[in-house]
Amino acid sequence: MKILVPVKRVVDYNVTVRVKADGSGVETANVKMSMNPFDEIANEEAIRLKEKGAASEVVAVTIGEAKAQETLRTAMAMGADRALHVETQARTDTELQPLAVAKLLQALVEREQPDLVIMGKQAIDDDSNQTGQMLAALLGWPQATFASKIELVEGGLEVTREVDAGLEKLWVKLPAIVTVDLRLNEPRYASLPNIMKAKKKPIDKLTPEELGVDTAPRLTYVKVEEPPKRQAGVKVADVPALLDKLKSEAGVI
Amino acid sequence: MAEILVVAEHDNAKLDKATLHGVTAAAALGTVTLLVAGEGAAAVAEAAAKVAGVAKVVHVDDAAYAEPVAENLASLVVAMADGYDGFVVGASTFGKNLMPRVAALLDLAQISDIVEVVGPKSFKRYIYAGNALATVETRDAKLALTVRTTAFPAAATEGGSASVETVQAVAPSDLVKFLGREVSASERPELTSARVVVSGGRGMGSGENFVIVEALADQLGAAVGASRAAVDAGYVPNDYQVGQTGKIVAPELYVAVGISGAIQHLAGMKDSKVIVAINKDEEAPIFQVADYGLVGDLFTIVPQLTEALKASKAAS
Ligand SMILES: Cc1cc2nc3c(=O)[nH]c(=O)nc-3n(C[C@H](O)[C@H](O)[C@H](O)COP(=O)(O)OP(=O)(O)OC[C@H]3O[C@@H](n4cnc5c(N)ncnc54)[C@H](O)[C@@H]3O)c2cc1C
Repeated sequence: MKILVPVKRVVDYNVTVRVKADGSGVETANVKMSMNPFDEIANEEAIRLKEKGAASEVVAVTIGEAKAQETLRTAMAMGADRALHVETQARTDTELQPLAVAKLLQALVEREQPDLVIMGKQAIDDDSNQTGQMLAALLGWPQATFASKIELVEGGLEVTREVDAGLEKLWVKLPAIVTVDLRLNEPRYASLPNIMKAKKKPIDKLTPEELGVDTAPRLTYVKVEEPPKRQAGVKVADVPALLDKLKSEAGVI
Repeated sequence: MAEILVVAEHDNAKLDKATLHGVTAAAALGTVTLLVAGEGAAAVAEAAAKVAGVAKVVHVDDAAYAEPVAENLASLVVAMADGYDGFVVGASTFGKNLMPRVAALLDLAQISDIVEVVGPKSFKRYIYAGNALATVETRDAKLALTVRTTAFPAAATEGGSASVETVQAVAPSDLVKFLGREVSASERPELTSARVVVSGGRGMGSGENFVIVEALADQLGAAVGASRAAVDAGYVPNDYQVGQTGKIVAPELYVAVGISGAIQHLAGMKDSKVIVAINKDEEAPIFQVADYGLVGDLFTIVPQLTEALKASKAAS
């Protein structure tokens, strides 16, 4: 079984992002970038399937500027075998949009013929939560989103999904798309020797044009602004003072 | 007037509240049709017809829709798509799973988790864990939207008198099978629509200790939520998680107990009307958004608060 793992380079989750004064977007210059945390979980799951002997090859793919190759190196240092880089100058938080990403991935799936695509349920920059479902639709494959457990069974997968009411279990036939949630696993850190080894693993470079995909944005980001700020309140001394405030000032109890 | 199709979320017995919020957003865009696809869900279709602002209900009764399987629902919506200018669903896990599949099949860009309708093609939504608010406009001919439920009031469940039409099912997919669910049973109000929410974080120290939070929630008639750290540690089930990648809540009163206030948590609760934080670290970022902060040990303060509420109830 061959597994494709799309990974995205995003502003690190620990960075407090700043909105640009001209309202055009979020400041990404000189900001720490990392692999989207959900994609680390996806990559980890694929690598574990390979280590168990259930998968033969793990191929990481990213779409983004030249520096996005760092994210592919990280994926390979974790254990992915090789990588594909679709290079674009478009900003991946706003200009390169989920439907275009899904179309690029569709083209890559058609070239690579994986049996399974495992990917993050959402990227923590645009927070869209769309790409996996869109890719499944374009390929006509089944989708198992928000996975917290993946089991291989005859002819397919049994996937436990995190939903609003608790958990759901689905069977999907392979080939399939799985998008992962936080509880699926705890991704490993790459060891130094593996980081060195990853430098020698191959990255194939491609362009949207070579893949025949029109990536022009369908959505215009008219304006990006600071959200309304909450006023910091007061510290109260003790429980009676708190109760008094909640009753007489806030009127919520 | 634009024709908007809202996909109803339900369990074949009851309409989910997320749908009522979706109807309100859709009504700002055009005439609302509510699609009720289920098995033996006639009661849901009837209830849907009474929802204020719904002009038409389309009811599909088939075993294919007994469970919310995205593949089957998406095929159905796509088969009906010609008559509509927009597709809307609540941004619940049901809606998040379904709408991108519909959008891609119709070659539409989706706008996720909208918090405001700015114009017929233009919407506001948060990006970067709520750190930025974007106004996004689509150039596509049709809309595909998911709606943040806390940003739009629920449509009234009475007052509407929609016509009910039935349509044929579309052949189900044989690539997917629903195997079952594990629902966290609770007598408490539902987290995303509760008037009061009490959430516990890593500071709770264990699942057993959550009884302290539950006792407080009982006194307040509150739902119980949690931070990611508390869910990851196994103190409480995944459906308690409030935040960027969990549930969005905006109650009248949110009490954060032993929660530091990471941006990913704040993204899920900072639109609450009143926020109370109980934390032993006076520097914890949660205090920057809290209306009322109480610095101290939660294991002392929370039981005190519970007792005081009990006493004041007994007195009144
Ligand atoms: C991709 C991604 C997605 C995420 N999504 C979410 C999300 O949706 N929701 C979410 O909540 N987080 C999310 N997080 C995690 C988030 O970054 C924080 O790690 C998490 O919110 C921390 O939880 P916490 O506040 O309970 O724990 P901590 O940050 O460890 O805080 C515990 C707090 O408890 C206090 N405390 C300890 N003991 C006591 C005591 N006895 N009395 C009083 N106070 C005490 C401490 O002072 C501290 O402030 C996400 C992270 C990533 C990377």
